[in-house]
Amino acid sequence: MSHADDHPGTRRDFIYYATAGTGAVVAGAAVWPLINQMNPSADVLALSSIRVDISGVAEGTQLTVLWQGKPVFIRYRTQEEIDAAQAVDVSSLPDPNAENANLPDGSQATDANRALATSTEATSETAGETGGEAWLVMMGVCTHLGCVPLGEQGDFGGWFCPCHGSHYDTAGRIRKGPAPRNLPVPIAAFVDATTIKLG
Amino acid sequence: MAGIPHDHYEPKSGGEKWLHSRLPIVGLLYDTLMIPTPKNLNWMWIWGIVLTFTLALQIVTGIVLVMHYTPHVDMAFASVEHIMRDVNGGHMIRYFHSNGASLFFLAVYAHMFRGLYYGSYKAPREITWIIGMLIFIVMMGTGFMGYVLPWGQMSFHGTAVITGLFGAIPFIGPDLQTWLLGAGAVGQPALNRFFSLHYLLPFVIVGLVIVHIWAFHTTGNNNPTGVEVRRTSKEDAAKDTLPFWPYFVIKDLFALCLILVVFMIIVGFMPNYLGHPDNYVPANPLATPTHIVPEWYFLPYYAILRAFTADVWVVMFANWVSFGIIDAKFFGVLAMFGSIAVMALVPWLDTSSVRSGRYRPMFKWWFALLVIDFIVLMWAGSQPAEPPYSTIALIGATYWFAYFLIILPLLGVIEKPLTPPATIEDDFNAHYAPNVGGTKTIVNPAE
Repeated sequence: MSHADDHPGTRRDFIYYATAGTGAVVAGAAVWPLINQMNPSADVLALSSIRVDISGVAEGTQLTVLWQGKPVFIRYRTQEEIDAAQAVDVSSLPDPNAENANLPDGSQATDANRALATSTEATSETAGETGGEAWLVMMGVCTHLGCVPLGEQGDFGGWFCPCHGSHYDTAGRIRKGPAPRNLPVPIAAFVDATTIKLG
Repeated sequence: MAGIPHDHYEPKSGGEKWLHSRLPIVGLLYDTLMIPTPKNLNWMWIWGIVLTFTLALQIVTGIVLVMHYTPHVDMAFASVEHIMRDVNGGHMIRYFHSNGASLFFLAVYAHMFRGLYYGSYKAPREITWIIGMLIFIVMMGTGFMGYVLPWGQMSFHGTAVITGLFGAIPFIGPDLQTWLLGAGAVGQPALNRFFSLHYLLPFVIVGLVIVHIWAFHTTGNNNPTGVEVRRTSKEDAAKDTLPFWPYFVIKDLFALCLILVVFMIIVGFMPNYLGHPDNYVPANPLATPTHIVPEWYFLPYYAILRAFTADVWVVMFANWVSFGIIDAKFFGVLAMFGSIAVMALVPWLDTSSVRSGRYRPMFKWWFALLVIDFIVLMWAGSQPAEPPYSTIALIGATYWFAYFLIILPLLGVIEKPLTPPATIEDDFNAHYAPNVGGTKTIVNPAE
C-alpha cells in the first residue's frame, strides 16, 4: 500500500460504510421473509395430536394411521415376535438407543423400552407381565431416506424398507442395511384399554 | 466481441443503419449465426442443437400443460388424467413433455461425454464447462420436480427419498428438510412449491444456455483434433473454419431430424416405455411401492448413493475421522453430489498437455471404461439394493471417482501422447480427400 492511501477516516468514508451497512441490513431484512415463508405454515403446525381406536386390531396384525402427514405403525405383536425381539443382545445392535420419545434420552433399545406401556405406570414395571409388550407404536418412516417400510418382511421378520433394503426386527430396530437408526417411537400413550393417543 | 477473426455485420440500407446505431441487435444475431466454426466437427457436435431444440420443446409443451394442470394434492393426479383423456390432444402433449425429459438427458449425457473425450473442458474453455455443469444440475432439479407433479406413487415416495438426502446433512439436515417440504412430511406445501420452481427453472436454464454459448463463442468451438483455430489472420482462420450458417445449421438439423424420428416412434408407439407403472397409481402416504426407482437418467447417481453402506471401509474410516458425524447415509449423499463435483472439477484434474482423446493412446481405454461404468451404474441403480447388485454398484462408483481423481491426473504424467496435426486444415485434408464428395479438384492431372 502506498503512503498516499493511508489517510485518516473522512466524512466520505463514514457515509460510504454507513450506506453499505444499511444496504446489507435492508437486503437481509428483505430476503429473510422470502426464505421463512417456506417453513411450515400455521395450519401445518396446528396438527398436533390424534386419538386412535385400536379395538379392531387383532393379534399379529398392524394398523397404519396417518399422523402429521406421516404413517404410524400400531402393531399388536404375537408372543413369538416379542420373544424374538427380547432374545437380541442390545449391545450388538447398530443403534443401541431406544429412540423412544416417551423415555429419557439414552435409554437402551431393549424390547421393553421399544414397546408401548400398557398402563400409565413406568415401562419397567409392566415389562415383566405377559403381553405387557404386545403393542408396538412407531413412525412408519424409514430412518434412511423416508420410505414406508413393509410389515412382516425382511431377514428378521419385522419390517423391510423396499427403497434401499433396510431390515428392521420385530421391535422396529434397525438390524441390517443403510438406515442409521431404529424406527422412532413417537409420544404415545393409552387413554383407555382400546384407545391410543398420539402426540 | 473477442474471438476468431471474421467478417462482421455491416448495415447497408438507411433503415438498417438507423437501427444499428440505436440497438445493434441484428449485428449480434448475425455474428452469433455466422460464427466461424471448425470445419472438421464430427457427428458428436450435433447435441448442442438437439439440446436447444429440446429445451424449447419442454418450455412450449410445459406452458400448455400448465393451462390444464392443478397443483393440489387432491386434484393433481386427476388433472393429469384430465389432460390425458379430455383435453384435445392432451395425451400427446403430455407424452411429448414426459419423453422430452428423456431426450433432454440422453442428449446432455452424449454432449458431456463428447466434451470429456475431446477435452473440451480444458483451458481456455473451463467457464463453458462449469456453466454446462450448472445447467446440468438445474436440469436435474427441474426434472425431479417435474416428476413430482403428477402426484403418483413414484412422485410421492421419490420426493420423500430425495428430500431425505438433505435431511442426512449433520446438524442442520432435519430443519433444512422441513424447510424444503414446508411441513414434516411430503404434502401440499411441497407439491405447490415444486410446481412453482418447475415453471421457473427452465427459464434459468435459458439464461445459462445463453452464457454457455457466449463463453464458447469467445473461445471458439473445440474440435476432434483439439487443435485451436488459427487466429493469426482472417485468411488463416477461414482455412480452418466454415460459418455456422448454413453449413453446421443444416448438418445439425439433419441429425435432429433423424433423432426426432426415433423420438416420435417412442412418443407415438411406446410412450410409457421409459416411465414406471407405479406412477399411474395415485399417491398414497401409507404405502411405498415395492421397488422404488427414479427415472433412468438419475439411475447412475442413485446407484452411487446406495453403494456406500456402513460396512464399506471408506465409510467406516470417514465415520471414525469425523467422530461419527459422517454416517453411511450422509456419506452416500456426499458421494452422489461428489460424483458430479469431480466432473465439474475435471478442467483442473486432467493434467495432460494434449487436449483431444484421439491422440492419447492410454486415455482412450480408460475413457471407454468410464462410459461402460456409467451404463453399468445405470443398470445397477435400477436393481434392488442387495448383493450382487450392491457390490457392482460399489465397484462402479469407485471407478467413477478413481477416473477423475487418480487416473486423469496420473495419465498426464505417464502417458506419451501422439502428435496432433499442426492445423485443423491439415486434419481436414487428411480425413476428407478432395476428390470425395461434391467438390472435385484435380490434384494430380498426370495420373
